[in-house]
Amino acid sequence: MFETLSDRLTTVFSSLRSKGKLSEADINATAREIRIALLEADVALPVVKDFVAQIKERARGAEVSQALNPAQQVVKIVNDELINVLGGETRRVRYAKSPPTVIMLAGLQGSGKTTLAGKLSRWFKSEGHAPLLVAADLQRPNAVQQLQVLGERSGTPVYAPEPGNGVGDPIEVARRSIEHAKRSQHDVVIIDTAGRLGIDVEMMRQAADIRDAVTPDEILFVVDAMIGQDAVTTAQAFVDGVGFDGVVLTKLDGDARGGAALSVRHITGRPIMFASTGEKLEDFDVFHPDRMAGRILDMGDILTLIEQAEKAFDAEQAEKMTSKFASGEDFTLEDFLEQMQMIRKLGPIKNLLGMMPGMGQMREQIDDIDDRDLDRVGGIINSMTPGERQNPKMINGSRRARIARGSGVTVTEVNNLVTRFFDAQKMMRQVAGGMGIPGMPGTRRKAVKAAGKKNKGKGKQRSGDPRKRAQETGKKGAPQQDGVPQALPPGLGGGLPGQLPPGFQMPDLSKLQDRKKK
Amino acid sequence: MDYLYLAIAILVLAIVAGAFFLLQGRGRGRTPPPQAPKGGPGGGTGVLEKEPAAPPAEAPVVTAPPVPEIELPPPSAGRLIRLRARLSRSQNALGKSLLLLLSRDALDDEAWEEIEDTLITADVGVVPARQIVDDLRTKVKVLGSRDPGEVRALLKEELLGQIGKDWERSLRTEPHGAQPAVILVVGVNGTGKTTTCGKLARAIVGDGRSVLLGAADTFRAAAADQLQTWGSRVGAEVVRKDEGTDPASVAFEAVKQGIADAVDTVIIDTAGRLHTKTGLMDELGKVKRVIEKQAQVDEVILVLDATTGQNGLQQARVFAEVVNVTGIALTKLDGTAKGGIVIAVQRELGVPVKLVGLGEGPDDLAPFEPEAFVDAILGDQV
Repeated sequence: MFETLSDRLTTVFSSLRSKGKLSEADINATAREIRIALLEADVALPVVKDFVAQIKERARGAEVSQALNPAQQVVKIVNDELINVLGGETRRVRYAKSPPTVIMLAGLQGSGKTTLAGKLSRWFKSEGHAPLLVAADLQRPNAVQQLQVLGERSGTPVYAPEPGNGVGDPIEVARRSIEHAKRSQHDVVIIDTAGRLGIDVEMMRQAADIRDAVTPDEILFVVDAMIGQDAVTTAQAFVDGVGFDGVVLTKLDGDARGGAALSVRHITGRPIMFASTGEKLEDFDVFHPDRMAGRILDMGDILTLIEQAEKAFDAEQAEKMTSKFASGEDFTLEDFLEQMQMIRKLGPIKNLLGMMPGMGQMREQIDDIDDRDLDRVGGIINSMTPGERQNPKMINGSRRARIARGSGVTVTEVNNLVTRFFDAQKMMRQVAGGMGIPGMPGTRRKAVKAAGKKNKGKGKQRSGDPRKRAQETGKKGAPQQDGVPQALPPGLGGGLPGQLPPGFQMPDLSKLQDRKKK
Repeated sequence: MDYLYLAIAILVLAIVAGAFFLLQGRGRGRTPPPQAPKGGPGGGTGVLEKEPAAPPAEAPVVTAPPVPEIELPPPSAGRLIRLRARLSRSQNALGKSLLLLLSRDALDDEAWEEIEDTLITADVGVVPARQIVDDLRTKVKVLGSRDPGEVRALLKEELLGQIGKDWERSLRTEPHGAQPAVILVVGVNGTGKTTTCGKLARAIVGDGRSVLLGAADTFRAAAADQLQTWGSRVGAEVVRKDEGTDPASVAFEAVKQGIADAVDTVIIDTAGRLHTKTGLMDELGKVKRVIEKQAQVDEVILVLDATTGQNGLQQARVFAEVVNVTGIALTKLDGTAKGGIVIAVQRELGVPVKLVGLGEGPDDLAPFEPEAFVDAILGDQV
């Protein structure tokens, strides 16, 4: 029932792809779909209207009539517009000429201000600044304590002269905190304020008073990525009430597609500066509009995935694995187990697959995947002897029975694992063969795609599938089976053009290439 | 290099494991075991193993009779008035523009589309909005009504129909025999769970009953302190443990103490968790299971923020799956948010809204009443 924005747009594009030319009716149908999709992704109505109007305008223009493939053009237009609305470039924090730089947080209740204050302090610290947290949320019970705990965790001093819980004057606290910061040589002051509603005149006045008392260099509006149509009203109220320079989008780790990002950006024109993606202090990042657009367009969030992988993967192991892979050595169950454990560290497999490009359509299958099944696979492998792991061929009937007993599964499951593993091994060999020298990993993929992008591309991209399908039908060939496996290769190469909105793999990949050169 | 490596890793993983999943799924005949008792590494602790041995023995025979609105503390009447006042303060715009449109002379397609847009702006969601408009359209056509009053009545009826008049919306907070009623409060981060717990405790105390609070939010900094502050305001005891302890153990202790102290109601506050985090959702399931070893969980309240958009539906769905939500508390309805997600959630999941939070004041929690809600949305005066 519930479809995310990227699912929806993908449907639109797949229906477009089948047509040679874009008629007026096509444009209207596309526009309607995009409208619904955006609304369901919680983009505010006025923004949707503008957005759709722009798309229509551009789709009707000369660009399309000249284009080889109109569908590609529409996708490009939508993506361009998305990036356009999301703010184009990423903006950095403006530091004050004479320290301290004062940063004030404002937002609705429960949008995540206090947590964000903690994250910001950690971030500034890692950037080489000496931040000071100021507890000016004297409203909510124990907000002050919360900030103190967070300050402790991030190793940042907290200025909290008032106990909170309704006692004390936040304006006074804010004012004095600046002096305190100057005295104690802090160059960044982060003021956490109480959550307030846009229509609460009194509280908005208080926020404005705090602002006037400290003249912040940056006022950050903290907004929950899950917020709905109210984003517009709220953002407007805060712009009018206190004004703000930047937006922080929190709880982006949920599955809300962040329509709020589009809305707030479009309505207020203020850039989204940071994104908060988890509960831990380190789950915090500078906002990347292009990535967000990519995510919305079902191009996957590969860059984020890589960043996460870099953090989680053991560099040495990765190195070992890559060289092994390149040298054409056989892939063993041991390696597989290692890999699996590393991937597990990255978080739930569902999220990972969700970030891979072209996965939007597979969402339902992905949802069926349970991480515990992965653990079971791990259990089976762990029940094997080292020798068996090195050389799975030696696993005969009685060994299988033993492994099954050891891991508490049926023999059939062990059988399946082993046979599937041989297939994978075979495939690894093929891929390794086709890849050439390590260090130029993108070459082949790029070539395939470049070929696939022009005329049809079907023949090329299918080549990946039948091969696998043949393997699959070898295994009890149930129709359902191509579900997951078929979905995956796109991330790697062969099938990519079919899954991705056409016209997108190139920019995405070239970004990757650039990154690697750095 | 990383990219390549990662892609390969995932590919291989998926090839091997993917088929495994599918075969698994088929093998089990598509009957998902409630909580995979095979217990992989991600499973539970030893505590859980006894579970089947200790079923919540007493059948729901003694289930407390529905309590209409007793959870209100003394100013019982005041609550509704405030509800109305607050709602109409912020939401009148919706009702007014709708009526303006409806009472226009010619209701053309554009006007209907505008009505639909207005509903969408209230976070009602595209599908329900469309349905409301379609139904209303048919009715207006059939009845030929043009009189604003009449149309308003129709609209009210339509909205009421969508919200559902006949849901059981009372909160079961009465103890059954020696067992206290247990209320579990769940939700994503920042929707106001702790505050709702506090307000609810206050309301129950206001009704002359005793409450015990369990601070099972052991994750967020100072969450237990926050609950403690609420508890001390109404003289309710709070069971808490150090930050980082297993929330299930806190819940267990709380219920245990609740039984020992013979309190009427135990309210368990849980940590906010995004519904996408499987691990955390499993943890929540465990909290509930552990409570059920001692007492039956009477209510699982999902706290939803009125500002939440369509994602609220997804949240409700996942939470309902994991802990079987019995009611929804819609908070922060005093803002500009229209709370239209209520309609979508009820439609989809059949879980009624039971409570509404209308502000930061300690008594700003009221039972949800569809009539008053709709009246407030439409504005009484027009």
